[in-house]
Amino acid sequence: MSNSLKTPVPAGRPKTHKPTIALVGNPNAGKTSLFNALTGARQKIGNYPGVTVEKISGDFTHEGDTFEVIDVPGLYSMTPVSNDETVAVKVLEGDPEPPKLVVYVLDASNLERNLFLFSQLAETHTNVVVALTLTDVLDKEGARLDLAKLSSHLGCEVVPVIAHKGIGVEALKEAMARALASPDELELDVGFPKVVMDAADRVVDHMNRRGVALGRREARCVLLDEQCTTSERFRGIPELWAVIEEERQTVLGASGQGRTLDAQARYAWAAKVKKDSITPPVERRRSGTEKIDYFLTHRVFGLLFFLGVMYAVFQSIYTLAGPLMDVIDAGKSAVADFVRPMLDGTPVLQSLVVDGIIEGVGSVIIFLPQIIILFFFISVLEGTGYLARAAFLMDRLLGWCGLNGRAFIPLLSSFACAIPGVMSARVMPDERSRIMTVLVAPLMSCSARLPVYVLLIGAVIEPRYGAAWAGFSLFAMHFVGLAVAIPVVLILNKGVFKGKRLPFMLELPKYQWPRWRDVFLTITSRAKVFLVTAGTIIFAMSVLIWALLYFPRGDNPRYEREYSSLSAARQETVSLEQFQELRQREESILGRFGKAIEPAFAPAGFDWRLTTAILAAFPAREVVVPAMGILFGTGGDVDEADEGLVSAIQRSQWPDGRPLMTPWTAMSLMVFFALCCQCMATLAAIKRETNSWKWAAFAFVYMTTLAYVFSVAIQQIGRLVS
Amino acid sequence: MEKVLTSKELRKGMKARVATVEEGEDPCTRLMELGLIPGTEFSVTKVAPLGDPIEIEMRGYKLCLRRTETECLRFVELP
Repeated sequence: MSNSLKTPVPAGRPKTHKPTIALVGNPNAGKTSLFNALTGARQKIGNYPGVTVEKISGDFTHEGDTFEVIDVPGLYSMTPVSNDETVAVKVLEGDPEPPKLVVYVLDASNLERNLFLFSQLAETHTNVVVALTLTDVLDKEGARLDLAKLSSHLGCEVVPVIAHKGIGVEALKEAMARALASPDELELDVGFPKVVMDAADRVVDHMNRRGVALGRREARCVLLDEQCTTSERFRGIPELWAVIEEERQTVLGASGQGRTLDAQARYAWAAKVKKDSITPPVERRRSGTEKIDYFLTHRVFGLLFFLGVMYAVFQSIYTLAGPLMDVIDAGKSAVADFVRPMLDGTPVLQSLVVDGIIEGVGSVIIFLPQIIILFFFISVLEGTGYLARAAFLMDRLLGWCGLNGRAFIPLLSSFACAIPGVMSARVMPDERSRIMTVLVAPLMSCSARLPVYVLLIGAVIEPRYGAAWAGFSLFAMHFVGLAVAIPVVLILNKGVFKGKRLPFMLELPKYQWPRWRDVFLTITSRAKVFLVTAGTIIFAMSVLIWALLYFPRGDNPRYEREYSSLSAARQETVSLEQFQELRQREESILGRFGKAIEPAFAPAGFDWRLTTAILAAFPAREVVVPAMGILFGTGGDVDEADEGLVSAIQRSQWPDGRPLMTPWTAMSLMVFFALCCQCMATLAAIKRETNSWKWAAFAFVYMTTLAYVFSVAIQQIGRLVS
Repeated sequence: MEKVLTSKELRKGMKARVATVEEGEDPCTRLMELGLIPGTEFSVTKVAPLGDPIEIEMRGYKLCLRRTETECLRFVELP
């Protein structure tokens, strides 16, 4: 349809126009491996408009001609349920333009189900080449395949391919070039029952007599499936609809179960094709995968092994990423030190570049090691087949509130850092669970929240209640986000996401060694996506936040007068430069804003210093400890273990002399940090993964609201109790 | 008359046949597209440690499903 709106392509189109080839098939049929083998590193990752579905395409060259391949999302049928499937069907139906050739990736080891989709596809697409994958699995099982028979049943060329070994890839390219040069006419008939096709013929006749064009296939579709798109043409016309209804009665009788009939006909055909083209092994041996699975999905060993794997993964992220992050941090300082003197003449530019851009972008790139390491483990676990087992084991635990077993990895990753957590939500095949997981992942207590907990627990809880309670508080803080996430998911599931729910379906693939090439490609493409985000969105936000804290420039002579009127004891704790910096920030746009909204945070027990620290930490919550250092007058160069900051916090008071940091205020502040979305990199990642600012804004608003409500509630309960 | 089972009554190691499919509910169309149609024979190969999901083997492949999402199906046990 959209084609008719376009200007026609001028005749004699330039030869550079690449024919598009769609790679279609069931999930797990080996599509991605084949895509990687065809295109290598020449891949582009984008998004389909309006949905979170990634558009993956790439080029390959064969005998001087360049072709564009689209890796269409995996499909089970041409009746889409999820957005991913809708996108896939749209691509096949010619949005934005119909592919010149469909390469159907057919899993030889799972022929019947893979042929179901083929039977639907072959009704509308005539130019098809079949890439037959996983024939090595058949060989291993001892089954024999008759390629000629399979090809004659399917009515098109069938090329066996073992993509990761490069076997058959060249032959496939040749077959593709042949099919593009002389498109084939494929007319597949799976053999629907006579009663169905007779009724379809009568409907066609009737419609044709009335001057309504209707094909036999469409008539059959209307008869067997009320939801068929062709039905819409007739539903509004009572006299035509009556004819269809009558024939439906004839075909289906009282049961009205047309889809059953449709599926039965297709599967009967698929079973026959399989029987004719594959000779099963004489005896079926228990496969290695089944032996391994006996332990790895066992109710005791399976769970223990799972916990062990997860512990190993996150322990290595923690220990391996640390040194790399230090290196990046040192690099950031080195770059800043290198650039700073070059801009000495222009202080505004110097501050913009050093404090704004290098600091802002640098503090995000520091997460790159975590992302690389996490995606290394994810792609290895996925490549071996274990990730699917983990989802199988965990599904019940996460399923009851509306998530599914696959959400496990993103949520667990988010305890280290929400950015890789959000990015890894792509392991989920349907958009709804993906968005839901992306939205709650930032509630998990990431490692950047830890310094705040340590600082406040060390300053307030431990001195009063002892080490045991301090330890318990730290532990409890990590559960706050998780506990809040459950009702959030329940509400999202009921209230925000409406419409069809995809059933949970999962296939446990055979165990195998990961393909290192695929692992490498996954890591590099994820790292690239992350760096592009850091270089664009985060760059822009860093500049904005810098400007809000930098302008207007302070009145240094006035600050100096104020400083000289301070008591000598106070002057000991803070130098003139620190004091000027503090006052300048206080009077910057952001600082004024902090003061202005202090009344709003007063019910939570926060004074303007805490409020400004919170505001300053919105771009990245790591900033909060240095910000508190500046605001409480001990200078920005502090960490959570700094004695001076701890005692400054303990001694801090409201103007009327009441202590500021009561245990309730500490708790309220920690819960605020636990729930609030103070991380622009996470928001940028959410935007990137959901392909819309809407969900990033949603996450920001709901988390900030929750944080505010909870911290006010805690403070108010505290007031009532004491 | 054979005893008709629901998905809650499927046990590990059991062999069964799909007796009926109630069309019209959302997940059901998809289950049929995956090959669970009246007459399909399968065996239950795994049950997750927490009781759900289960894995069944049919038509030469294995598929994990939730018991709660296969309520539109009825089964009969095979010897």
